[in-house]
Amino acid sequence: MASTINVDIVSAEGAIHSGVAVMVFVPATQGELGIAPRHAPLLTLLKAGEVRVQTVEGEELSFYVGGGALEIQPQRVTVLADTAIRAHDLDEAHAMAAKQRAEELMSNAADEMGLAEAHAELLRAVTQLKMLDKFRKMRK
Amino acid sequence: MAGAKEIRTKIASIKNTQKITKAMEMVAASKMRRAQERRRAAMPYAQKIRNVIGHLRLANPDYRHPYLTERVAKTAGIIVVSTDRGLCGGLNVNIFKQVLVEIRQYEEAGIAVELCLIGSKAQQFFRRLKYPIASTVTHLGDKPHAHALIGAVKVMLDGYTEGRIDRLSIVHAEFVNTMSQKPVAIQLLPAEPVKSSELQDMWDYIYEPSAAELLEGFMARYIESQVYLGAVENLACEMAARMVAMKSATDNAGKLIDELQLIYNKARQAAITKEISEIVGGAAAV
Repeated sequence: MASTINVDIVSAEGAIHSGVAVMVFVPATQGELGIAPRHAPLLTLLKAGEVRVQTVEGEELSFYVGGGALEIQPQRVTVLADTAIRAHDLDEAHAMAAKQRAEELMSNAADEMGLAEAHAELLRAVTQLKMLDKFRKMRK
Repeated sequence: MAGAKEIRTKIASIKNTQKITKAMEMVAASKMRRAQERRRAAMPYAQKIRNVIGHLRLANPDYRHPYLTERVAKTAGIIVVSTDRGLCGGLNVNIFKQVLVEIRQYEEAGIAVELCLIGSKAQQFFRRLKYPIASTVTHLGDKPHAHALIGAVKVMLDGYTEGRIDRLSIVHAEFVNTMSQKPVAIQLLPAEPVKSSELQDMWDYIYEPSAAELLEGFMARYIESQVYLGAVENLACEMAARMVAMKSATDNAGKLIDELQLIYNKARQAAITKEISEIVGGAAAV
């Protein structure tokens, strides 16, 4: 029997495939990579493309990944697929948006602080007026 | 019978509230199941990547990634995961208490903190406090997607690489069982090594392309997956807490209705007795 290698394809939101293969092809950033059983341990990143898994039965399964990471152990291949489309600029844009939201939140907090203070001031003034009113009535 | 009528309307209004809480309970129950499934689905990825990172921590490449090296802490980043909506018992309050405990510990050690807030309840709570907020993300919905968290997390990761923060941890609720959820704080950066007993694999990897570029990609994914897992777990907790809170609200409403019903019956009885005695008294006078 031909030697085999275990393949796990997982994404952050769920497991996609798990099985045994005789050969796996992945789209690494440096070019397509063919992985046979007893491959040397290797780490690499994947770009968007097709992961092909040749099963023991001779079938070829195909999975689309939008990028991700890959770990190879002699007896196991782990594909960590991304669920989102990743690009440096895009990540940067996401980060900027998150930062901006935080800044808005902080500046709004200052506004609300002002509002709360004004409220307290108003409350104090109203109480003072009421007290004055009471005194006036008592004198009459 | 004026009193009786008031009681009747009150009973009717409580019954309406009870219907609502009952419905919310059932919705939360079904959402909880789905949230738990999502959590289970997120587990393999998080575990696999944690293993890889554990290997990396033991490996000795010519390049040491800052995410893997301990350094003297001056500022610590805390990612706070909370819910977007209320009516889920003490869940959020417990998380915030845990965060405040963490903050106090850091401050006693002379370490400043910086926050990353997930969920609008955390925003509402921490905007009133003086701690700087680096990034926020809200309205993840019932199906949180990993990519919704990328931006907020990246701000913290960049902060770590730039040296603005020296440590990063996450606080979220842990799902113990349906009845109990407890807040947990987990350190993300510098990454903790996996126990050596769990490692049987080789970690003398070939890196392709360079180690620096590669580790950057792996570490970002690792942290994101941990935060995503935290968010998903928190969601399951939220649903469980809401289910329990709504169940007790429904039970309370039921008790209230029973009591009011008793009072109403007594009032009605008293009114009837009074009427009869008036009639009898009138007849006797004739």
